[in-house]
Amino acid sequence: MLTTRWPARPDPYAAAGRGPATVLDPHPAGAGERLDRLCPTGAISQADGASNAGVRLDQGKCVQCGRCVAARPDVFGWAQGPAVAARSREALVVPEVPETPERLAAIRDRLRARTAALRRSVHLRHVDAGSDGTEEWEILALLNPVYDVHRLGIFLTASPRHADILLVTGAGARGMAEPLRRTYDAMPEPKIVIAVGTDAVSGGLASPSYAVAGGISGIVPVDIWLPGSPPTPFSILHAVLLAIGRLPATSGEGAWR
Amino acid sequence: MSADRISSRLADDATALWAELAGAVAAGQRFAGLFGTARPEGLVLSAHLAGAGDITVAEGIVPSAAAGYPALTPQLGAAFWYEREIADMFGVIPEGHPRPEPLLLPQPAAAPRPMPGEPGGPAAIEPDPRALSLHVVGPGLFTIPHGPVRSGVVESIEYLVETPGEDIPHLNMRVFYKHRGLDKRFEGMTPADGILLAERVEGTAAVAHALAYCHALEHIGGAAVPWTAALVRALHAELERLACHLDVAVRLADGAGLAVATARFGWHKERVLRLVSRACGSRFGRGVVVPGGVSRLPLIGPGELLSEIGRLEKAVTADVAALMGTASFLDRLRRTGPLSPERARKHGALGPVGKASGYSDDAREHRPYDAYPSLGLRQPAPRLAGDALDRLRVRWDEVSQSFHLLRQVADELAEAGDGPLQADCTAADGRAVGWAEAPQGEVLYDLRLEHARITRCHPRSASFHNLVLMHELFAGDILTDFPFIEASLGLSVAGVAR
Repeated sequence: MLTTRWPARPDPYAAAGRGPATVLDPHPAGAGERLDRLCPTGAISQADGASNAGVRLDQGKCVQCGRCVAARPDVFGWAQGPAVAARSREALVVPEVPETPERLAAIRDRLRARTAALRRSVHLRHVDAGSDGTEEWEILALLNPVYDVHRLGIFLTASPRHADILLVTGAGARGMAEPLRRTYDAMPEPKIVIAVGTDAVSGGLASPSYAVAGGISGIVPVDIWLPGSPPTPFSILHAVLLAIGRLPATSGEGAWR
Repeated sequence: MSADRISSRLADDATALWAELAGAVAAGQRFAGLFGTARPEGLVLSAHLAGAGDITVAEGIVPSAAAGYPALTPQLGAAFWYEREIADMFGVIPEGHPRPEPLLLPQPAAAPRPMPGEPGGPAAIEPDPRALSLHVVGPGLFTIPHGPVRSGVVESIEYLVETPGEDIPHLNMRVFYKHRGLDKRFEGMTPADGILLAERVEGTAAVAHALAYCHALEHIGGAAVPWTAALVRALHAELERLACHLDVAVRLADGAGLAVATARFGWHKERVLRLVSRACGSRFGRGVVVPGGVSRLPLIGPGELLSEIGRLEKAVTADVAALMGTASFLDRLRRTGPLSPERARKHGALGPVGKASGYSDDAREHRPYDAYPSLGLRQPAPRLAGDALDRLRVRWDEVSQSFHLLRQVADELAEAGDGPLQADCTAADGRAVGWAEAPQGEVLYDLRLEHARITRCHPRSASFHNLVLMHELFAGDILTDFPFIEASLGLSVAGVAR
């Protein structure tokens, strides 16, 4: 059958989907070399001195260029699968810092409570705040017969008045700040904002620029942060399901995202 | 294109440059763009001219103190948007321009400007919509502002449709909303970082932009792309063309309310994107094209590539036949949004938009690069109606041509065996223009390096060159034809607004 059964059934293309880069070994042997210089957006940080923090990577800045993975496959790899999105900006920095899961659990519970009415069916409105055009293709793919999100009760709407979730793409182009804000203001509560793509999360490679605000979080409050350049349709779908609390509770790594 | 093809006579003022351009165009060259660079000696205006086999640059200088210069647009209409962008970026006034209105950056007259080419610049420039003029056209005429937030998942742009009711006598466009300031963003980048940004100027044509950028870099560095790498480049370039043309079909079918066609072409487009991601890890072919060649061989072997291409071609061809036999669909496109052959030629309309009006200057044929000189291109016969229907027919011709090219590439990859994938390309200083034929038409990159850093990189997408033609496509059309006209152009606003 053409249409995926994901998330009810596993989907091999979903599982193989490439996410942002991730840290495989935060304390690599002989890390005298400055690993942070590998990244064109400054996503990689490397603690030196006495602290044992090691190598960390902010997936919210990852444009998936693959340079870190190619240069140091012992330290960096690709995150795979559709579970890319996170409910807080800090949760995108991997590996996670041990003391934050309680706070993240609180964020998760608040979001679940807010979206109780949206569990079964939800309407999405998209706004382009300065994308490169690919994130729109990946959102539109959700309507093709392979993903067919109507089967999950997820619909796109033209009117912000009918929308529950605002999908925002693009790096926060200053010309779109007011139109984006007005669209958000026109949405009734409860409303959720998903920053779709690394540009929306942090400005990506378009930032710093005189014309761009470094992501959309300064324009509208963001609930779900979805990195990717662009994020795959499966990861966008995962982000929507995460927003409305539809994913089964998972245990282990990433459950707190 | 080599640096010595740049006209070394820096004209003292713009007038001398315009005279040179007029001569070149009269002699049969195509005006391919105009942009500015702030240099210590003044504002250098660079014009691109496309001729047989090459793109050349003619330059003139506007002194730093000058507030303006005599506009080119009155003599050469195709410069219309280029001069408006120059005014936005540098604050100079094109005197005599028929519509000296902000295009990418509405600002009051004395505001600081980004000044591409000059290091540094303001950290933030807020667009000021008060700098846009409101035209009162006449009694009984309404202006319907459509955008920048529009219905559907579309890029941000505002169309101001002036109408007495149903007809559309006039259309204005405001493209500044999603301007990202990328010309300035390139400055100071290493050549390696620049390619990442080039892939994101107009993401749906990432491969073509990466190719045009790399061609410029390879010219500066004197690198010859190895044969196997050239084949892999062509593979991804043609898969990208398929994806873009299928996207146009999805939008047109959706506009016409044909649910089955929308679903089927959406499926075919998804299959192409999945094939691309299986080949390289990215659904948009990012990370494949690198300076001097490609980063790796496809992750699927030539045999499997050939099978999937064959299956795709069979499925697409069958659905194209069904779609192009659906009378209600063809009725929406026939005689909709016509571009006359005369206008297409005069403007130098690029890509399928030009080809549908009988004007073809496909870079793969007339200025071939990488593997194209050795592959059979099999150009289809020209079309002349220039309406939305012909723009779709041209795309089906190109799809057929792309399948033919992909089969050749897969066969050649099977024969090619092991070989280097990347030529040495250490470019530190120099300037060149690179090009590639994107699905929308020719993309140009004018790249200048100093001490191994980019000091100026101007991407000229086909979308920027062609979108201005939208003003002229509404003869006799009504509001409900609008989505078909927009979709039939198949352009990306990201490439326009940058």
